[in-house]
Amino acid sequence: MADQATFEAQAMEFMPSLYTAALRMTRNPADAEDLVQETYLKAYRGFGGFEQGTNLKAWLYRILTNTFINSYRSKKRRPEESDIEDVEDLYLYRRLGGLEGATAGQSAEDQVLEHFTESEIKEALDSLPEQFRIAVLLGDVEGFSYKEIAEILDIPIGTVMSRLHRGRRALQKRLYEFGRQRGLVVEPQG
Amino acid sequence: MAEDKGDCVEAAHLLYHYLDGELTTERRVLIRQHLDDCPPCGQAFEFEADLRVVIAQKCREQVPPELVERVRKALGQE
Repeated sequence: MADQATFEAQAMEFMPSLYTAALRMTRNPADAEDLVQETYLKAYRGFGGFEQGTNLKAWLYRILTNTFINSYRSKKRRPEESDIEDVEDLYLYRRLGGLEGATAGQSAEDQVLEHFTESEIKEALDSLPEQFRIAVLLGDVEGFSYKEIAEILDIPIGTVMSRLHRGRRALQKRLYEFGRQRGLVVEPQG
Repeated sequence: MAEDKGDCVEAAHLLYHYLDGELTTERRVLIRQHLDDCPPCGQAFEFEADLRVVIAQKCREQVPPELVERVRKALGQE
């Protein structure tokens, strides 16, 4: 087994991003904490198999994701990709286009973006079906490449792109709905 | 969007690949050229890039301090 100090020196810095991901996956703080702890324990036990110099963050994410899938996710999961309603490219932008009220140096669209609260963004993400939520989380929140996401989730790159792109568009639709509820955006005329 | 609709459609189609840095250099240059020439597409891409930043920033969570201790303790018991 690896030396604890060596492992901690390398792995502990990723806890904020692993915890962020765990919370979006489980949608429950107590489960997220357990998931992170289990991930670190498994990583520590398997650290001898980690090839130094390769991507430790991606390696930890792979353990996190597998642990989540095997132990934490809902038994009632819906694995079908068709479960998500697909909407067009630029869904949110097209519905904000032409908004009045831009002030100097900032478009009305960007002002709307700033008005979304943290809880609205998180809730919108949490509302996505699991496989889309995880893809968007890995791509947009953590900034992993398509190839890295493919390796973390053990799926083909084409599937990564499909889940990521559809998940993003669905997320935009949710954000648009929040914006409408709060009066940040208005429904298009006619 | 602009005078050459085909380019706009293709740009929108490659939007995410472009923002993800997952296009070949050749394709990337072509899209960049279009965005420079077509302000509506340029603004749309900028919005998408800004949205991504907002999502990443507003999803960050603070690690509960006791979790760090809990994990260290658990590792020590291995």
